[in-house]
Amino acid sequence: MWDYSEKVKDHFFNPRNAGVVAEANAIGEVGSLSCGDALRLTLKVDPTTETILEAGFQTFGCGSAIASSSALTEIVKGLRLEDALKVSNQDIADFLDGLPPEKMHCSVMGREALQAAVANFRGQEWKDDHAEGALICKCFAVDAVLIEETIRANGLRTVEEVANYTKAGGGCSACHEGIEEILVRVLADRGESFDPNAVAGEIKKPRTLLTSLQRVKLIEGLLEEIRPNLRRDRGDVELVEVEGKDIYLKMIGACSGCQMAATTLGGIQQHLVEGLGEFIRVLPAEELSRRTAMGG
Amino acid sequence: MNEGIYLDNNATTQVAPEVVAEMLPFFTEQYGNPSSMHQFGDRVGRAIKQARQQVQALLGAEQDSEIIFTSCGTESDSTAILSALKAQPERKEIITTVVEHPAVLALCEQLEKEGYTVHYLKVDKKGRLDINEYYRLLSDKVAIVSVMWANNETGTLFPVEEMAEMARSAGVLFHTDAVQAVGKLPINLKETSIDMLSLSGHKLHAPKGIGVLYLRRGVRYRPLLRGGHQERGRRAGTENSASIVALGKACEMAMAAMEYEKSSVKALRDHLEKGILSRIPHCFVTGDPGNRLPNTCNIAFEYVEGESILLMLNKLGIAASSGSACTSGSLEPSHVMRAMGIPYTAAHGSVRFSLSRYNSREEIDRVIEALPPILARLRKLSPYWQGDGPVAEPERAFAPTYA
Repeated sequence: MWDYSEKVKDHFFNPRNAGVVAEANAIGEVGSLSCGDALRLTLKVDPTTETILEAGFQTFGCGSAIASSSALTEIVKGLRLEDALKVSNQDIADFLDGLPPEKMHCSVMGREALQAAVANFRGQEWKDDHAEGALICKCFAVDAVLIEETIRANGLRTVEEVANYTKAGGGCSACHEGIEEILVRVLADRGESFDPNAVAGEIKKPRTLLTSLQRVKLIEGLLEEIRPNLRRDRGDVELVEVEGKDIYLKMIGACSGCQMAATTLGGIQQHLVEGLGEFIRVLPAEELSRRTAMGG
Repeated sequence: MNEGIYLDNNATTQVAPEVVAEMLPFFTEQYGNPSSMHQFGDRVGRAIKQARQQVQALLGAEQDSEIIFTSCGTESDSTAILSALKAQPERKEIITTVVEHPAVLALCEQLEKEGYTVHYLKVDKKGRLDINEYYRLLSDKVAIVSVMWANNETGTLFPVEEMAEMARSAGVLFHTDAVQAVGKLPINLKETSIDMLSLSGHKLHAPKGIGVLYLRRGVRYRPLLRGGHQERGRRAGTENSASIVALGKACEMAMAAMEYEKSSVKALRDHLEKGILSRIPHCFVTGDPGNRLPNTCNIAFEYVEGESILLMLNKLGIAASSGSACTSGSLEPSHVMRAMGIPYTAAHGSVRFSLSRYNSREEIDRVIEALPPILARLRKLSPYWQGDGPVAEPERAFAPTYA
């Protein structure tokens, strides 16, 4: 039995806005019959203000697919199209007080239907840009296609690296066998073999050979790109030390002591990893002094 | 949920009250280890001996020593297949079917990765095998044939007795996963060429956590678990005595209820099926209706999704199961429905009703009444449905974008 929230159950048993909207001028049809869910979203949009006046859905799907469709129509009613496009699948899931990981794709279907409907209104054709694979990591709802693409794009070699890049396998670790199987296959395509004892990130060569100084400058440049976001919240970040793969940052201003500091560091790490094209680890500066005190 | 209507007996069954009564003393005063040299152990040992004979009687086995107690049907399946491979290392092929239970399929997929060749027999639209295809695959390269006696989703029966004869003629071991068949069909193993058979206690009103591997005397065998002399060294580990005693009692009761299964349970099933088919448009029975278990009926409801039906039924206290992808969290509907070529619009809406001798006519009537409004309501939400019927050319009229 799925662990559906009360809100999911409510929207399944009492769906809002079921059916087709009369005089709809924006229609989005998405989904996959093989997967067992498909959604037709019909919207009535005011052409001058681009405001969604009415929304209706028809869904072939499970409890959470119907609930996600119902939630989507409730969320977008009254929104201007440009704001409606900002609705993410997480917003739909949050509206329903969460969905089981196996069912997150239902909320993705909702967001896609919305994009398809808006494209339809604007006379464009919407193209689905993602293929969905079998769910591998249930803790973070990561599927096989995303894992495989990430391994290919970043030349990953270990389960740990996959967890760093996709979060897959970073929770209960029950899916590590599945991740290893994908690694074995992708590495074989590259003519390599999977080494369970490889150390994450260390074998991988940087894409470009930088001197230490160039690398530090690049890191500074990447941090500069993030600064406006931090300053908006009256915070800032300072580069303290670079030790190989470990980059020590000091959070200052409102960022220091902020409960979201760990999340922010995670976001910065992701940005630096992408910008540097290599795997690095971002650590708070306090960690550096602690390590020095311990003698390394 | 005591007021509920339980029609999911192929998933698991309620433990019969008589069975519970029989096993309870083995949690309290009868706690001895049957291997021990004292009266505490001796009493338990005798009870296990009796249970072994009760299982032997239900299976029609020649010897009681052909009964090996295991922890579940899955363990029995794995033990049988892996034993055949270990005992005959020169044979690297396995024959099975596309519609087996995951207990066999997932193991076979793993064995393929380890270098074995697995032949999966296909089925036709009614879930039937092509015996000629099977015959052609039998050779001295095949270590074991593993074919289920009855399909868990549709109840369709395979001609395992005939297939076992063919395997024996070809000098190939034959195993059948009979967890759905035991207790619902008369079985007389001594009259067959079946070498190994798996059964599971909780499918026939015994508790979960107990199974049996039937191993014909003289069949070459290698244990899965070594470490003790229990089960004559063929399955080490201290006996689950309470559950073994329970399974013995459940087998005795199943033997006594066999006629009732064949007549009364079957009549209830047929009543349910007729009631649904006559009241609900656009649904059909899957599998081979003329050749199936007496308790099972699998109906595909077109243009709606199974999990939604189950949720609505559950709200009314009615329990069934579905072959939809969403109920299992996978991306594809049931492999059994796919193998039979059931279209996606129907496969996702397949619902299995599996009865037991504890169901009543009144319960079945309530289910027949409950279903039509549920289907009407869900179809009203479906993009494949308009007014009173499906849209014209449903798969073309609604063809969503999908990469």
